[in-house]
Amino acid sequence: MTRILALVLTLLIVALFALSLLIGPAGLSPATSIAALIRGEGLAETLVMREIRLPRAILAAMIGAALGLAGAAMQGYLRNPLAEPGLLGVSGSAALGAVIALQTGFAAQFALGLPMAALLGAVLAVALILALAGPRGGALTLILAGIAVSALAGALTALVLNLSPNPFAASEIMFWMMGSLADRSMTHVWLAAPFILLGAVVLLAQGRAFDALTLGEDSAASLGVNLSRLRLVLVLAIASMVGAATAVAGAVGFVGLVVPHILRPFVGARPSSLLWASALGGAVLVLAADIAVRLVLPDRDLKLGVLTAIVGAPLFLHLVYKTRAQGL
Amino acid sequence: MTQVVLSDFAVARGPCDVLGDINLSVGAGEFVGLLGPNGAGKTTLMRAALGLMPHRGQSSLSELPIKTRARHVAWLPQAREIGWPVSVADLVTLGRLPHLSPGQRPGAADKAAIEAALARMGLEGFATRIATQLSGGEQARVLIARALAQDTGLLMADEPSAGLDPAHQLGLMETLAQEAARGRSVIASLHDLGLAARFCTRLVVLFQGGIVADGPPQDVLTPDLLARVFHIRAFVQHTEDGPIFQPLGVV
Repeated sequence: MTRILALVLTLLIVALFALSLLIGPAGLSPATSIAALIRGEGLAETLVMREIRLPRAILAAMIGAALGLAGAAMQGYLRNPLAEPGLLGVSGSAALGAVIALQTGFAAQFALGLPMAALLGAVLAVALILALAGPRGGALTLILAGIAVSALAGALTALVLNLSPNPFAASEIMFWMMGSLADRSMTHVWLAAPFILLGAVVLLAQGRAFDALTLGEDSAASLGVNLSRLRLVLVLAIASMVGAATAVAGAVGFVGLVVPHILRPFVGARPSSLLWASALGGAVLVLAADIAVRLVLPDRDLKLGVLTAIVGAPLFLHLVYKTRAQGL
Repeated sequence: MTQVVLSDFAVARGPCDVLGDINLSVGAGEFVGLLGPNGAGKTTLMRAALGLMPHRGQSSLSELPIKTRARHVAWLPQAREIGWPVSVADLVTLGRLPHLSPGQRPGAADKAAIEAALARMGLEGFATRIATQLSGGEQARVLIARALAQDTGLLMADEPSAGLDPAHQLGLMETLAQEAARGRSVIASLHDLGLAARFCTRLVVLFQGGIVADGPPQDVLTPDLLARVFHIRAFVQHTEDGPIFQPLGVV
């Protein structure tokens, strides 16, 4: 069962990745696109393929994987299907960093000004969460600290918008916060990739600890899981992945919540298998959504985060309804 | 071989000690019933001895590195938590985690231990069932099977018989007694003094923050202790069927 799932998800990623490379406003034919991408035929075409479409497809897969994996890890750690990576307040704080960069004009100073500011926001959030939750606290104190940080970041973001002197800056901020992968470059890929890769490797290695947590914190500890270490690793890895994802793409919601929820029945609910499955599933979802924003309203610049929320929320309602029908 | 030694052991909650001056040593083959009224500190004693909460004094278990400890002692908490709708087989397999090195899949020895544990709890045919869809008593037995599959020298269980029907209560106590007879040690907190009297080889009574009695059941369950600690009087008789203990009333 899990092998088939891995195969299906991988094939979907390959297909959607190829599709993502072939779709765009430039209207290149598939043959031209491939020739330009691989052999560098035609100056303009090569530029479109290598500098616009390729980074966009890579970012979609990478960010989707990061959000899916982070969601599965949060749910596994908290043993709660409603947990999502945003609970730690990292994405909100990264958004705050980006908003401040946009507002102060720091983002316009140099190409990576905005994502760097967002990453700084994520780092500060982690420091604050770890200081608030203390070294020995359980899952509950961690979540309360995350919610507090999240609320603070939200309030400060609203303050920045409130005090924004010109409507143009405010609308730029609003658009950025909706999340998008349009007009990103390979520089963005190279900025986000190390953080996402590091976080993913670290989290995937914790599969057994999440499995053991199925029995509760006490039993997991008695099975050899070092809970304080796991918590620290979880917070740092999720901050690294979600901070980097938010820094380059803005806020893309619902992926971390919905993907693990959909895939859980296919892996026998095992938290360890759900980690890699959700990483693959997240990549599938964001690749598909990013293709959809280009197909649905090609000339209106539909934002990725808006689409994932519009599709994700009803899907989630459906899942809630199904869960209720099963009497669980 | 002793499985656990506690010396000058004390646990504090805030400024005051909830347990103090605990000296306890449990050897191989003992089935220790940990008795005491509600709030006497049975759970606290076991969790602190395991190193799951801070304590003073020595505990041979909490001194062990966390991975080594997991191969030495299995712990069955009172809260029967099953976080996800996993299969019974997957849940019991979790008991084998301490025996697997990183990346290693469960092998033949692990599968044998899992099947033996399922069989001992009468759970043959349950392997593919979803654990969260079982009844409370069945879930309790699955979790006990998980602890048995861990295959440790010492098994500590917090009220393992609570919520089981009479046949499964007796079956569980027999299983634990057999484990002890095979050379493992078992420490279980119990409220059913009748079961404790029948199956345990040794009873330890906690009261007002310390051990007030420690010995074979017939020496511990005296009318004086029952009145002083549990505020009950009871009919106790040693028959060919083993000791019979029946509470009669509150004093």
